[in-house]
Amino acid sequence: MIELIQTYWVYFLVGQYPKGPLGGLALTVLLAGLALVLALPLGVALGLARVSPYRVIRWPVTALVFVVRGVPLLMVVFWAYFFLPSITGVKTDQFGTMLIALVVFDGAYLAEIVRAGIRGVPKGQFESARSLGLSYAQTMRRVILPQALRHMLPSLVNQFVATIKETSLGYIIGLTEVSFIAAQINTQVFTRGAEVYLLLGLTYFVLCFGLSRFAFWLEQRLAQRKDLQPLPQPLKASA
Amino acid sequence: MIRFDQVNKWFGAYQALVDINETIAEGEVVVVCGPSGSGKSTLIRTINRLEAIQSGTISINGEDIHPKGLDVNAFRSHIGFVFQQFNLFPHLSAIDNCTLAPMALKRLSPAVAREQALALLDRVGLAHKANAYPSELSGGQQQRVAIARALAMQPPIMLFDEPTSALDPEMVGEVLLVIRDLVRDGMTLVVVTHEMGFAREVAHRVLFMDQGRVLERATPDDFFNRPQHPRAQQFLSDIRTPFATA
Repeated sequence: MIELIQTYWVYFLVGQYPKGPLGGLALTVLLAGLALVLALPLGVALGLARVSPYRVIRWPVTALVFVVRGVPLLMVVFWAYFFLPSITGVKTDQFGTMLIALVVFDGAYLAEIVRAGIRGVPKGQFESARSLGLSYAQTMRRVILPQALRHMLPSLVNQFVATIKETSLGYIIGLTEVSFIAAQINTQVFTRGAEVYLLLGLTYFVLCFGLSRFAFWLEQRLAQRKDLQPLPQPLKASA
Repeated sequence: MIRFDQVNKWFGAYQALVDINETIAEGEVVVVCGPSGSGKSTLIRTINRLEAIQSGTISINGEDIHPKGLDVNAFRSHIGFVFQQFNLFPHLSAIDNCTLAPMALKRLSPAVAREQALALLDRVGLAHKANAYPSELSGGQQQRVAIARALAMQPPIMLFDEPTSALDPEMVGEVLLVIRDLVRDGMTLVVVTHEMGFAREVAHRVLFMDQGRVLERATPDDFFNRPQHPRAQQFLSDIRTPFATA
């Protein structure tokens, strides 16, 4: 196995770069990172639309979320790969295609996490902000979202971990991310599949486990902050 | 100043307010009392449009509060509202709770907003807790910050929806003292409360509600000593002898 690593580690890490396009683990990390960074704002926007008081906004987004959640990611990848160029007329490369598919797919899942987070903030917070004269948008931005996003952290991390693993589907459309590279290596040294894929599995594990641990650390730190402590529950009196 | 004209409100099939006709004068302190579910919270929540009404009109200073095109946010900023459950923003310190609305709506600079907020916190006796978060404050302290927050927009009217009902008994006094201080300043106050001693001392007028109707309106002296309506008599005897059954 040592010999395997010694021979192929550069190929595994960066693909054919710098002689060819960037690939391997670097491409996987780049794809996952970009997908996270782009999917989060999309998820927040879609989540806000899901709780919008306006039906014109709420209904189409609700439909989109349910459609996307109702199909496998692989379908979304195929749509982005075959369908998107036929309507836009622009042929996107594999990286762009995969990024679009991931952002749309994760955006829809994040939207539901955001929606639940917003719904989890007590109604009194909304009422007191509106009573002060803050607009709906100001209330969301200054009062509701800051509380909702902090409570959503564990679910967000879950989704981010899933995103890292989902990048492996880029293999299907020939994106030279780390799984594709592993398959390439396997065909070159075709007797040692177990070792190649064990290393690949370990790589994903380190990435995901690292992110989980980081999130845990962040949670611990946030838990110590006094602005995030749950309020002492006032006595429940009948209205 | 605040005027209800034939106001009706339904929650589905349930009628929460029935033919409310009432006028509250500028500088008047009105205490609304009545049994649970009598509509008293609903009544004051209609004044700043937290609850919609289905018929009738409510006007403030002679102006209907439900015209088309009214800037609801500007309208609400002129009415302070204090909730039973305080509803402080837990992610903001006491002073940031008080500066949020003035900075966002009046475009006050942070320095000016902080200065004003500090004066208000001092007024409710909590200047020394300006940087504390709500989770570090007792219920009574939280409610006093909530009052300061509502005062920060300098509203001429303050509405209190059972401000002491969620408090431990030993903290009720400190909140009532702050409200009494506002009375002395001549603000227009509408207070839903079960604190009859407070009503007796500070109210100019008491409204008694039951089943969505205002059944009695009287001075505290008349209401507590010579209640007219049988339900009001029953209510007063119930709260005086809490252990009486039937």
